[in-house]
Amino acid sequence: MLTGKAALVTGASRGIGREIALELARKGANVAVNYSGSKEKAEAVAEEIRAIGQESIVIQANVAEEDSVKAMVKETIDAFGSLDILVNNAGITRDNLLMRMKEEEFDAVIQTNLKGVFLCTKAVTRQMMKQRAGRIINVASIVGVSGNPGQANYVAAKAGVIGLTKTAAKELAARNVLVNAVAPGFITTDMTDELTEDQKQAMQSMIPLGKPGKPEDVARVVRFLASEDSNYMTGQTLHIDGGMVM
Amino acid sequence: MADVFEQVKQIVIDRLDVDESKVTLEASFKEDLEADSLDVVELVMELEDQFDTEISDEDAEKIATVGDAVNYINSKQ
Ligand SMILES: NC(=O)c1ccc[n+]([C@@H]2O[C@H](COP(=O)([O-])OP(=O)(O)OC[C@H]3O[C@@H](n4cnc5c(N)ncnc54)[C@H](OP(=O)(O)O)[C@@H]3O)[C@@H](O)[C@H]2O)c1
Repeated sequence: MLTGKAALVTGASRGIGREIALELARKGANVAVNYSGSKEKAEAVAEEIRAIGQESIVIQANVAEEDSVKAMVKETIDAFGSLDILVNNAGITRDNLLMRMKEEEFDAVIQTNLKGVFLCTKAVTRQMMKQRAGRIINVASIVGVSGNPGQANYVAAKAGVIGLTKTAAKELAARNVLVNAVAPGFITTDMTDELTEDQKQAMQSMIPLGKPGKPEDVARVVRFLASEDSNYMTGQTLHIDGGMVM
Repeated sequence: MADVFEQVKQIVIDRLDVDESKVTLEASFKEDLEADSLDVVELVMELEDQFDTEISDEDAEKIATVGDAVNYINSKQ
């Protein structure tokens, strides 16, 4: 249970982030819902959280901008009085073959998916170190472990997140701040809806469990990493991929 | 001045769990008081809170001894 815990979930307006926010709320956490552009969707998530009986606030912030990240963290702490759980979930894709990939495409993905995780992690450490407790959960990706054609930028960012997770885990362990990552495989969301039928088929044929995952499948593992049940784990990356990469 | 020193001293004693007699103006956090880098970061955070001031990362890096901390705070007040 996460009764009374304060959580901040980045990119919680849609997809996996939305499910994570709802799952943490169902277990008793108050949740700050961050979004970039989808205001109405974020408001709807907050409404659902309130309907569950937990507090929620909605915060617009670009995770790749330090000032907006700092303001977001401050707003969360002001609203809830503490910050116990950070879920770095916000992410984008700009797929292209390496030889065609534009510098802007590379930079955009690194900025949001890797630098964003760094900035948010940095911004919460002060509070969590003082509390002598905290959980940081980074949403990486299985392709950050395996590589994937057409995603040089995304894979580099996600592999970076896994490395960042390990370093943050080592730096913060003495203060009882635990940092872990999840590496989802093929999960049905807006992000994967962009793929062609052929691409989807190809992905599916590589999954031993034979079907794509749902955002809830990721959310439940994140909830485990946010809970007392994972007290003795830090620096790990848990694969949630139907067995795709072993 | 003396007052700031007394306050800093108390924070250092609480945070680093060291003997009062060791906390002199000359004492280096890392060498004499056995603080690691994270301890120093935390001390700086505590000083910011107690003295209601912001210490930039650049300035924080220059704070090596108890005296450095006291001087810094005095210069801001
Ligand atoms: N779907 C998959 O198969 C899969 C697999 C492995 C890993 N992942 C990872 O899981 C995470 C969530 O993916 P998803 O599939 O749920 O994606 P999604 O449906 O496209 O949602 C992305 C979320 O991130 C937010 N966001 C994007 N850029 C942002 C920024 N600069 N600042 C703040 N928020 C930003 C979006 O906000 P707006 O709605 O306001 O735009 C949205 O809430 C990502 O890190 C992704 O890489 C997904």
